[in-house]
Amino acid sequence: MSEELKGNGHCETLVVDDEPTEGVSGDASAELCARAPVGLLAELTHRCPLQCSYCSNPIELERVNKELSTEMWCSVMRQAGEMGILQVHLSGGEPTARKDLEDVVSAASEAGLYSNLITAAVTLNRARLEDLVKRGLDHVQISFQDVDPENAERIGAYPGATQKKLDVARWVTELGLPLTVNAPIHRQNIHNVPRYIELAVKLGAQRLEIAHVQYYGWAYLNRAALIPTYEETVKSIEFVERERERLKGILTIDMVVPDYYAKRPKPCMGGWAKGFMNITPAGKVLPCHAAETIKTLQFDNVQDRPLLDIWLNSDAFNAFRGTDWMKEPCRSCAFKEVDFGGCRCQAMAITGDARNTDPACALSPYHGEMVRIAREEASRPPTPFIYRNPRNAAEALKAERPLEPAE
Amino acid sequence: MSDTTSPARLIVGRETRPHLPAYLKLRHDPGRDRWILLAPERVLTPDQTAVAVLKLCDGKRTVDEIVAALAEEYSAPADVIRTDVLDLLQGLADKGYVKG
Repeated sequence: MSEELKGNGHCETLVVDDEPTEGVSGDASAELCARAPVGLLAELTHRCPLQCSYCSNPIELERVNKELSTEMWCSVMRQAGEMGILQVHLSGGEPTARKDLEDVVSAASEAGLYSNLITAAVTLNRARLEDLVKRGLDHVQISFQDVDPENAERIGAYPGATQKKLDVARWVTELGLPLTVNAPIHRQNIHNVPRYIELAVKLGAQRLEIAHVQYYGWAYLNRAALIPTYEETVKSIEFVERERERLKGILTIDMVVPDYYAKRPKPCMGGWAKGFMNITPAGKVLPCHAAETIKTLQFDNVQDRPLLDIWLNSDAFNAFRGTDWMKEPCRSCAFKEVDFGGCRCQAMAITGDARNTDPACALSPYHGEMVRIAREEASRPPTPFIYRNPRNAAEALKAERPLEPAE
Repeated sequence: MSDTTSPARLIVGRETRPHLPAYLKLRHDPGRDRWILLAPERVLTPDQTAVAVLKLCDGKRTVDEIVAALAEEYSAPADVIRTDVLDLLQGLADKGYVKG
């Protein structure tokens, strides 16, 4: 990614990712974000026909009767455009489960937002896609749970999914829209990374996301079913790097790597409350997908306060903005403006304190234990999937115990 | 997997007639008072030179014609401009943002 982001002096590139990883990053981010956030993730609903265990949604799924109204989502799009947001990711859950997706896309387009539909694509027909395109939809991202249909449909718990996804992918390119193939990678499909690349090229995709699962929400619960070994991870990363060079100008490959095996933490969201906002199906405004796992934070709702006011003044956004909140070893670290101490939610989940250094950082006293657990889980056979559905959500709402620090 | 250049990669030359795919949006952002190029999960920040080049990428003009137009407009030597334009367009083509 870093090579791609280097401009030639006349044109810098900024990533506006929907993944809970880089968020908004790149050389130009400081300039653009100085005035307003750049990316908005609109989680229109938590309803989803698939039940993937790697989902980064919170365990506690929002109910349909709590979802924002059509008018409210349209107002959000207008407010986002006015305050200077440039791109909106329409996501979920499955965003096409909302019957009013068309109205939201129209509002986004009228507000000047570049719109990305992030879909499982199993319930989308051609007529509806054509209508969305007419209303100004700019880009479609389709997830493929694996390239082998049988395994894909086991992972997503949705029989017949693969053919539907292939059909929608074909329509997207036929309608002249750019297509992103999203490949959520974990131990049960990591062997197929080369075939994902072939699939993306064959489908005429503009982008492929090799998105190693990040362990939040359902994925955290399912870590032992999902985490690959260190060796498999390194092998797949090296393969992608070679392919990226070979496919220059044909396919852009974005790669999100599993940070459990990293030495340095990811610059999560490009920095807390720096360039990105996330709105939940019920209208809560979060600095990142997983922020609700930090129980001490209070989140404002778009139904109660204007979006710009929330961005500037909400306690949750200001909690970890900048670097003043940092403890050691972040506070005196030379990289604090580079990685921002990594991910607050991962620090919370694993160390019990959101202000701690992300344990993905080798300087964290929890790092050794985190890596040991990852390696141990990866060395054992995968545990059965806990599928993402309301029944399992009720079962799983038990607190995870944080780790003990070294020494 | 040993070949490093795929046949489909666009190599931008003096006779290439570059254009931007329809899904890229070159817009002026009034709030930030600057031009931006919107792409799937990317925002590009072209400077004045890049904007001038991109506006001329209509799929009809060749790179040499674009260079000539810029040389006249900015009263600058075509050789210097050509190197810069080829470098800019190749960089964008390698990201899939310029087609020939």
